[in-house]
Amino acid sequence: MSGRAAARLDGLGFRSVFRYTPGKMDWAANGLPTEGHLARYPRLGRVARADVPTCRVDERIGDVRDRRASWPITVVVDDHAVVVGVLRHDPHDVDRFARVEQAMRPGPITLRPNIPLATAAEYLRRMGLDPALVTTSDGVLLGAARREDVERLATETVARTGGKP
Amino acid sequence: MAKEVLREEVRELVGGGAAVVEVLPADEYEHEHIQGAINIPLRNLDREAPERLRRNEPVIVYCNDYQ
Repeated sequence: MSGRAAARLDGLGFRSVFRYTPGKMDWAANGLPTEGHLARYPRLGRVARADVPTCRVDERIGDVRDRRASWPITVVVDDHAVVVGVLRHDPHDVDRFARVEQAMRPGPITLRPNIPLATAAEYLRRMGLDPALVTTSDGVLLGAARREDVERLATETVARTGGKP
Repeated sequence: MAKEVLREEVRELVGGGAAVVEVLPADEYEHEHIQGAINIPLRNLDREAPERLRRNEPVIVYCNDYQ
């Protein structure tokens, strides 16, 4: 539809026409601001926390474990912050010198920031995910959302609005 | 002929004063649209574009996705 619009504007004499082909789905999926009815409801990006620890594939398990804070995972990212894996911390990790690449789970499930909270909460429960990794459509890490935060805000939203968006 | 752009270019163009136009029907626009975008449904383009847009300024059009 935008292709036809762009062509028509060109025919109407508009000389500087651009077509954002990926459209508003791409825009919203990358956590960029939107307006309208749906924008009034909080989405998964609202509860994603950017303080989830990260590391690289070539780091040592022992070094990563020391910075995990209260998170049960560390997200493995590349130089462009693209998610490549997740390291779930095991209290029985004994080989501090093993590389992250040897212990991580590659290709974890990631969710987009524009997913409605109720949808996200159901998905996390069904898939047994906690926390959820939130990324752009290019796989760049935005943060991690704890299931309890997703469920709490989803419940509050339903109570406030009287229903799911 | 229109140039295809990605979202980072959209942000730059908007920063430079480009108009952003969603060409979907009004109910879809009301449901959700890019912040700051106006709505000119495709079927109204001939009538409304000359009234609401400036021919010598950049315009970005979009819809849902790769439609």
